[in-house]
Amino acid sequence: MPNKEIGAAQVVAQLRDGMTIGIGGWGPRRKPMALVREILRSPLKDLTVVAYGGPEIGMLCAAGKVKKLVYGFVSLDAIPVEPFFRKAREAGGIEVCELDEGMLQWGLRAAGMRLPFLPTRVGLGTDVTTHNPRFKTIKSPYEDGEVLLALPAIKLDAALLHVDLADRLGNTQIHGPDPYFDEHYARAAERCYVSCEQLTDRLDLSHPESAKANFFERYLVTGVVHAPFGAHPTSCAPRYGWDMEHFKRYAAGAAEDNGWARYRDEFLSGSEAEYQARLGGAERLAKLPLPVF
Amino acid sequence: MSDHGNLVDLVIAAASEAWRGNGEVLASGIGIVPRLAAGLAKLTHSPELLMTDSEAYLVEEPVPIGPRGEYQPKFAGWMPFSRVFDAVWRGQRHAMVTPSQIDRWGQGNISCIGDFRKPKAQMLGVRGFPGNSINHPNSMFIPAHGPRVFVEKEVDVVGSVGYNPARWPMGVKRDYVDLRLIVTDLCVMDFAGPDHAIRVRSLHPGVKFEQVQAATGFPLHRALNLGETPAPGAEQLAIIRRLDPHKLRAAVLKNNPPLAKAA
Repeated sequence: MPNKEIGAAQVVAQLRDGMTIGIGGWGPRRKPMALVREILRSPLKDLTVVAYGGPEIGMLCAAGKVKKLVYGFVSLDAIPVEPFFRKAREAGGIEVCELDEGMLQWGLRAAGMRLPFLPTRVGLGTDVTTHNPRFKTIKSPYEDGEVLLALPAIKLDAALLHVDLADRLGNTQIHGPDPYFDEHYARAAERCYVSCEQLTDRLDLSHPESAKANFFERYLVTGVVHAPFGAHPTSCAPRYGWDMEHFKRYAAGAAEDNGWARYRDEFLSGSEAEYQARLGGAERLAKLPLPVF
Repeated sequence: MSDHGNLVDLVIAAASEAWRGNGEVLASGIGIVPRLAAGLAKLTHSPELLMTDSEAYLVEEPVPIGPRGEYQPKFAGWMPFSRVFDAVWRGQRHAMVTPSQIDRWGQGNISCIGDFRKPKAQMLGVRGFPGNSINHPNSMFIPAHGPRVFVEKEVDVVGSVGYNPARWPMGVKRDYVDLRLIVTDLCVMDFAGPDHAIRVRSLHPGVKFEQVQAATGFPLHRALNLGETPAPGAEQLAIIRRLDPHKLRAAVLKNNPPLAKAA
């Protein structure tokens, strides 16, 4: 069987300008940040990014990578509005498709089932339809005759996810309390790249007891990247929490001239190993406390 | 904070009434006051309510807010976001949220202020507002009742639907739109005016109807039996204190005066 292990730079080498890329996780939680950082270091541009957005959205906007955003929200939780997303929106420079959270997963599900759309009531009566003029309604062909929104499929050229465990065959496990909608990103995508905290040869041999933590099939997975602490500065519960100190440092930059350039020079100018070293190394990252809700 | 509680405790007790008699639905209180109100409802008049730990698990005992010390939440079931959406779309949820703007039709906005294409102030995005509002009962908590929240015209971005007939195309099902209470630092309101117009139902101690009207950008209806919002009883206060051991609720309202002894 093929070994799907590849490096983060190889993942980015398989992406192209103008692609639609879905990013898993939820706000400041379990984002594939090591892969996002690799995009930030690359010349890739004009991306359409689909996400329940966290810092990856702000960073990709700040770095000029984004042509269009498809999102339900973009938040760092304790910092309610992602600062560089706010800056990009208020500058008016990016095209957006703002959706209800449930609509976003519905569009991914439609793509995963190879359907052109799925019907829903959600979005009707709101400005979501005003600001997405391409959305159309459809009348139920049954006796109820109800008019529903025909939510178009959200097809992805690539999905980027971060999980706890993966093996070289492409099997994965998510051990956090919520798998979010990662499986639907995987199903909606032509290619899905998964970074992981821990990589083994065979999960059936190493971790069979937690097989219920597998949420999508390996035939969906194109490549696996071993990236310990690859979700930093977002959380990867139960392993580590988000790095609030780092979020504050990053957020402060949005209010400064050249704040993003300074962040980039300080944290993204070297390798992932150098990134972690600048943050106090694995020892500090492993101790980042889990948030309490 | 006072022995008889403070204004925020009265607001929490009033907000907990939103969930009375709802049956077995998921009670989602988003933010400190709504969450305490949902917990209070479950621990007093409505034990049948379902609730989460605000992350991914169902609990039968509301989880106190803030650092937990020795307390360990006890999980009754699993409720990741995908199942929350299932609950929403099936209508078995009652959420209490805090929109940044509300209009006379009960429509709410948390998306942005100004022109959507180039906002004056970007906020969160519509989040779950469209789905919540078209599928299940919703209530609102507003910590600072004023004309910038209760806007004169329509909200800048309609995120949650309401009772504005101009917003509803032919054939779209509105049967599940069900706005219940708006609890603010001044009063309790509902949608029981003509054509679901917003109506003041009770005033907090010392507040006049005219004062509420002056702080609202559109005309309000006045309940025939307009009375005073009841102060929380001793049992309610004890529960609120247990659910908020770090007194995070004390900072929610700008003015949080102590309450007089309950009658």
